[in-house]
Amino acid sequence: MSLLLAFCTATLFSLGTYLVLQRRLSRIVIGVGLLGHGANLMLMLSAGERGRPVFIGDEGDFTDPLPQALALTAIVITFGVTIFLLALAYRSWVVSHDDEVEDDVEDRLIAARLEADRATEENDDHDVYDDEHDQLDGVQP
Amino acid sequence: MNDLIILPVALPLLGAGVCILVGRSRTAQRVVSITTLVAVVVLSVWMVLDVDANGTLVTQAGGWQAPIGITLVADRFAAMMLAISAIVLLAVLVYAVGQRDAEGTHVGFHPVYLVLSAGVASSFLTGDLFNLFVSFEVMLTASYVLITLGGTKAQVRAGMTYVVISLLASTLFLAALAITYMATGTVNMADLSGRIAELPEGLRSALGLLLIVVFGVKAALFPLYFWLPDSYPTAPSPVTAVFAGLLTKVGVYAIIRSQTLLIPAADRAGTVLLVVAALTMLVGVFGAISQNDVKRVLSFHIVSQIGYMIMGLGLFTIAGLAGALLYIIHHIIVKTTLFLTAGLIEHTGRTGRLARIGGIARKLPILAAVFLIPALSLAGIPPFSGFVAKLALVSAGLDAGEYVVVGISLVVSLLTLFSMTKIWAGAFWGESHGDDGQELIVEGRLGTPRTMTLATASLAALSIAIAIASGPLYRFSERAAEDLLHPARYVMEVLGR
Repeated sequence: MSLLLAFCTATLFSLGTYLVLQRRLSRIVIGVGLLGHGANLMLMLSAGERGRPVFIGDEGDFTDPLPQALALTAIVITFGVTIFLLALAYRSWVVSHDDEVEDDVEDRLIAARLEADRATEENDDHDVYDDEHDQLDGVQP
Repeated sequence: MNDLIILPVALPLLGAGVCILVGRSRTAQRVVSITTLVAVVVLSVWMVLDVDANGTLVTQAGGWQAPIGITLVADRFAAMMLAISAIVLLAVLVYAVGQRDAEGTHVGFHPVYLVLSAGVASSFLTGDLFNLFVSFEVMLTASYVLITLGGTKAQVRAGMTYVVISLLASTLFLAALAITYMATGTVNMADLSGRIAELPEGLRSALGLLLIVVFGVKAALFPLYFWLPDSYPTAPSPVTAVFAGLLTKVGVYAIIRSQTLLIPAADRAGTVLLVVAALTMLVGVFGAISQNDVKRVLSFHIVSQIGYMIMGLGLFTIAGLAGALLYIIHHIIVKTTLFLTAGLIEHTGRTGRLARIGGIARKLPILAAVFLIPALSLAGIPPFSGFVAKLALVSAGLDAGEYVVVGISLVVSLLTLFSMTKIWAGAFWGESHGDDGQELIVEGRLGTPRTMTLATASLAALSIAIAIASGPLYRFSERAAEDLLHPARYVMEVLGR
């Protein structure tokens, strides 16, 4: 039983990792959900074998309740944050009609500036960086 | 007496509830949240004095004895972090009220801000690894809301990166918790302190490294820092300031706490931490030099400065840890001040882009002074607090014989000064002009909104006070570092044996 659960955890983690590495936010959300399930399953697994109850007499075997309480808390938290991520994806759709996670614009500008600097070394009082930014501002106000 | 340590967590949560109830009146919200934070500041400063004089404060939630109940502990380190963070949270709130940008347009600002402060306080006070996870989530969820408050395109893009990376770290944290519980049967940190030492060696080092990775994402350590300069600059200025000052330092706090309390002395990854620290410093400062926007330069500096704190930890000596603690205290204040001045620069020049603004020093000498104090302090120029903190770290490093990392830290200081000069030359010197050659916005006697300038100036004054009081503060840090390196005392206070 616990070998099966361990296998499930591994599968959830690997699928989740694959999906999180995608560029579409909708896939990332599913990936994060799978990763969360994997982690929660792992918490459940940590209870180990059934054993003697903690607080009441010796009447049969009981599972350790603490990991279940921990997993419940973790599930609520993951659920809430996933909803927030979905709301963010929707907002991204509203403002840009796309849910792709984009590169850092400033980073790309700085990389572009380096290339432009190499290309136009003689024309050095010309501020390529600001021009690039103006163009970008023009395209995406 | 001991039970009072729940208040820095409970009061802001209560305040957040009241803020939602009085959501229709912004004035009432302001009164509630400022009163709450003033109370937390008073309480936490009292806690620092009391803990220093009478020893660690411990309380068990619900009256269940540790390791069954959830433990809250305020030792010297936790109390100090709590006090500094409360002061910074209050100052930034006053600034936000003065700015009225995000604070004025969103009903949710005050409640979420108070929840954030409850999360930060709870992260410092908790003595339970799972409760640390919950506190992190409280703090992070509040920060997700604050960072995307405007809902603009840039904020949504930056928010996505931030939320996804934080969620990944949280999932890893959960996995680490599961492994911990599986191996030891407890999540109470004091209880874990003894039990981890009994585990097989492979499991111990796996657990130690997993915790460094989890907290390293939050603290923005070298290979895991890339989300920070991407996501911080787009948020409203007060929000960026409080994130820059506090959130990464909560990660650093968790690293220091877990490495000293949980990991047995024989397993401490000192060399790994020193290498990571050196790389964090270098990469951060080179990133900062290549940037062209005030907030982005400062964001990369956060990364670079985290390296100094980890360097102090990596030495694992009392002097090193004391230096790291002093550095954290100085850094929280100075970094927040710098981001607040960046907000003021953006306000006066309409943009934070260095190529497009200039000459602020001529029109607004007060703003220039308020920028110059924390900027020189960050670089470690003698009369300021950064010099004292760096001196403590460098001398600790030399005592421990780690010459390479000390050399790197000194070079990084010089490069920090260079990139601060870049902001100074770009924004404060030259002809006075704002974005697209427009006039600078100068209003009132101070030149900028009075409340914003006063909040920033009082934090700058506090950083000078740190430099003046550095003797007593260093001795306090030494006592705190001694507590950290001898976890037996902490364990005895919590478990009573």
